[in-house]
Amino acid sequence: MQPFVFQSANDPSAAMQALAASGGNNVTEAPVQALAGGTTLIDLMKLDVMRPSTVIDINPLSGAWSQINLEGENLRLGAMARMADVAAHPEIQKAYPVVADSLKLAASAQLRNMATLGGNVLQRTRCTYFRDISYGNCNKRNPGSGCAAMEGVNRMHAVLGTSDQCIATYAGDFAQSLIALDGTVEIIGKSGTRSIAFAQLHRQPGNSPQIETTLAPGELISGFMIPGRWPRSVYLKARDRQSYEFALASAAVALDMQNGVVRDARLALGGVATVPWRAREAEGLLKEQKFDDALAERVADAAFAGATPRHHNAFKIALGKRVVARALYQAATMEV
Amino acid sequence: MSTAAPAPKANMGQPVPRYDGVAKVTGHAQYAADVPLANPAYAYLVTSSIAKGRIDGFDLTEAKTMRGVIDIFTHENAEKLKEIKFFSNGGYASTTIVPLNSPEIAHEGEIVAVVVAETFEAARDAAHRVKVKYTAETPTTTFDSPGTTSARAKGQNAMFKEDPKVGDFANAFDQAEVKFTATYETPTQHHNPMELFATSCVWNGDQLTIYEPSQFVYGLKNGVAQQLGIDADKVRVINAYVGGAFGSKGSTTPRTAIIASLARRLNRPVKLVASRDQGFTIATYRAETRHDIQIGASRDGRLVALRHEGEEISSRADAYCVGGTKTTTRLYACPNVDSLVSIVRADRNTPGFMRSPPEVPYVFALESAMDELAVELKMDPIELRRVNDTTKEPISGKPYTSRSLMACFDEGAKTFGWDKRAATPKSLADGDWLIGYGCATACYPTQMGAAAARVRLQRDGRARVEIAGHDLGTGAYTVIAQAAAERLGIPYEKVSVSLGDTRLPPAPVAGGSNSTASTCSAVITVCDQIRHRLFQALMPNETLADKAKETVGVGQTPASKAEQSGQPLDREKAFDALGVSAIEEYGEWKPEGAPKDSLQALHSGLVRMVGGPDLGGKIAYAFGAEFVELRVNRFTHEIRVPRLVGAFAAGRIMNPRTARSQLMGGLIWGMSSALFEATELDERYARYVNDNLADYLVPVNADTPSVDVILLSETDEHIDPAGVKGLGELGNVGTAAAVCNAIYNATGQRIRKLPVRLEKIEV
Repeated sequence: MQPFVFQSANDPSAAMQALAASGGNNVTEAPVQALAGGTTLIDLMKLDVMRPSTVIDINPLSGAWSQINLEGENLRLGAMARMADVAAHPEIQKAYPVVADSLKLAASAQLRNMATLGGNVLQRTRCTYFRDISYGNCNKRNPGSGCAAMEGVNRMHAVLGTSDQCIATYAGDFAQSLIALDGTVEIIGKSGTRSIAFAQLHRQPGNSPQIETTLAPGELISGFMIPGRWPRSVYLKARDRQSYEFALASAAVALDMQNGVVRDARLALGGVATVPWRAREAEGLLKEQKFDDALAERVADAAFAGATPRHHNAFKIALGKRVVARALYQAATMEV
Repeated sequence: MSTAAPAPKANMGQPVPRYDGVAKVTGHAQYAADVPLANPAYAYLVTSSIAKGRIDGFDLTEAKTMRGVIDIFTHENAEKLKEIKFFSNGGYASTTIVPLNSPEIAHEGEIVAVVVAETFEAARDAAHRVKVKYTAETPTTTFDSPGTTSARAKGQNAMFKEDPKVGDFANAFDQAEVKFTATYETPTQHHNPMELFATSCVWNGDQLTIYEPSQFVYGLKNGVAQQLGIDADKVRVINAYVGGAFGSKGSTTPRTAIIASLARRLNRPVKLVASRDQGFTIATYRAETRHDIQIGASRDGRLVALRHEGEEISSRADAYCVGGTKTTTRLYACPNVDSLVSIVRADRNTPGFMRSPPEVPYVFALESAMDELAVELKMDPIELRRVNDTTKEPISGKPYTSRSLMACFDEGAKTFGWDKRAATPKSLADGDWLIGYGCATACYPTQMGAAAARVRLQRDGRARVEIAGHDLGTGAYTVIAQAAAERLGIPYEKVSVSLGDTRLPPAPVAGGSNSTASTCSAVITVCDQIRHRLFQALMPNETLADKAKETVGVGQTPASKAEQSGQPLDREKAFDALGVSAIEEYGEWKPEGAPKDSLQALHSGLVRMVGGPDLGGKIAYAFGAEFVELRVNRFTHEIRVPRLVGAFAAGRIMNPRTARSQLMGGLIWGMSSALFEATELDERYARYVNDNLADYLVPVNADTPSVDVILLSETDEHIDPAGVKGLGELGNVGTAAAVCNAIYNATGQRIRKLPVRLEKIEV
């Protein structure tokens, strides 16, 4: 960890001003970084993977940016809301089980108490080669240096959205429910506020795995919006241990059903892709269909149609399919 | 009494609260890195990113000019340390690979530079800026990698004495009614004690004080002295508490002498706290093993032939070996036994002792095979063990000092509800979950070594015990205080105990589960010396007693008899008779059959352990039976263990609270060794990949909902004065087999290669 300047931003404009000094074109490499829960940033600074020269504490914005609002048809969540608070919210548990569960099943209780929603969706990959600077070959850390994971120990790595430059998995859970439910993300920058589909926030690695999002340096996520209510929704997460562990495969499923027929369906996958992953084609198979196990299996197959396995992670395709089918079944049969 | 403090049965002490409990939970207990130093400099290690090759040079320009950096030491400017003998060959060293002595690299993560700075943060940041230029060669990683060499363990490693065999295995196997053959594998594992590998060195003139978590302060003192080429009397090691060790802190690692040397050179205290990932390569680990098991049996389940062949990975430099065949060939009655252990060398750091070193991998193989045999014979696996239970080990016919294996199975089975098990796999289910039951034998050799102690008893009933034993979180303070209190007839609360300091009388390495037996036996011996003096003060000696009887016809008990009878003593009267206010005694204890030079060796920090298969013409083991209920999700194939039950018999139980805690931890670790723990190797580079606690999986609370420990009453008078067998390493033996046996029962699938991961399950 290199020495850094620590500043506190007491309001959004102070934060904008402090972050404006950042420059460059890549948020993750920007010399000025915002600190919310700190559960990723501090970690990566200690590992010398991130080396900001200035850290802006945006926790003073918590008051204004932590709201959980279910008034009207939509759900609005402030970016500084803590994962634990949203997961424990009784109305969210009822109207958006997929949101509550994706938060509840993430990390540990201590981390959920600290981590904010905005920071959580920007959580960086857990690729062990990325996080260990003694490996010279990491295209995400050192563009053009190669990828140690490609032929290395890659059990935890992605099978969807990969490129020949990077197969690092997007590690988070909550993002899967946001992308499944057509969430939008509110972004504040020096030229004002903009709102984009959550699906537009993350970038697949392609030829520039070092650029992970469409955020510009100096921008901050201020909140999220999820349209409509999704009481028939499920987040199913398969992992090596019962808690405090990343997904080997997960599925965020939301269904709108009437008389056993699916009117609308949403499906997103976690633990298997380089970015929060919406399985649009696969979910399309469900629409206006009577739900049964065979249909669930067809959807699961379709969800992994384009998967590219590596040496240790081929199992994620079979596992992912079973997780999708089971999550669909659980959503279809749940009491609403 | 409560779950945490079970009521004592016969031959058990009281479940008194931990001696150091309050100090630990209130943060008053000072671990090595907590000890404040005057104006320390902070060291941070730079370790090699290649496993084989040499250093061509360094670029230290940036690192050296960083604020707070004092100096950077590499093989180009560091003092050359003397090579010392490998622990398993009668020395002190965890490895004979001495970093900073040459530009050669013998394994990944070898120390190649040490940055010393005014703060920890400055040292770490500068370490990240040290550039090392290597010429890398292709390393050999593990079994079947190109470049391995393999040879019999016998003759390479002094601690591995023999490949046990008896009868005519080949012929008996050939003739056997039922034959079973299988191969089992266990992975690389690292101890990962909570407390990191820390070392602080302070020189005061030519006197060196070392603060370091250690399982063997006398070993460390002497090892470091040899490496630095100084008199051992000039070195003191202080280490009151150890935050977990599991074998990783038993031998002298190179870091200590390096830090001591830098502190001397800088004329300033130097403090090192190595990072978690560095702990994977600057200390030892459990190397991966492979086992071929062949069993021949009669239709009724009696073993007629057994062969266990083990292969273990070690470094190029050292022939480390666990060699668990000494246990597996003696566990059950079998007239024809053969075994062989080989060491396979690769470009790795030297492995070392890790909780139940021989038994965890070797008993996994044997106990998995026993379950497979039971399936083949259509026998209940407990009955198979009963048929082959024995009171004599088969290799040389020595009797077990005591053996309560089947009592453990019977008690454990009752508590667990083994009768609800369905013999046919896939019979039990609960919703999405298939349920399986499994069991296995746990065993651990009863070992002990010579120890010395000093005890002071005051007239007011307070006592102080001094012994350089070690409390690794195990409860050593507590049981030593209990032993003294009981022997001196004073309350537990009146005893103070000092451990972990080479100024105190020596105790053996806290390894091999010998600590309670050795330290308590020494303490009891010294307490008896005190009792002797007190009784002598109050009562006549034999001659006087005899004379009195002759002359006046009235018999009086002589002191020697009163002393032995456990007769209560009027302490105050005895002190008054002696005219003193305190008595202090130093004494030494040596187990039966221990080598003559045991105590002399102990003072030099060398280990002369006896026990296990050879304790004065007998064989001494503690036993247990472990039961696992396991669930496999039909859809995700996730594996969960809702319930563990273990029943154990280990001679005298000094304290049911600390014993339960040790065994519970063992059961959880045993389960973990099957389902979670595995160090992943990148075979291209011979590097450990998941070298952190996020990726090196250990169970969390949610993974261990119910653990039930049953302590059986057992009395063994053939082992040591304390009557203790030792149980620290008993709990995690056999558990991995019980887990795999439960997986078979749940799914019909046999997993022979650990760890079990969900992708290995096919249902």
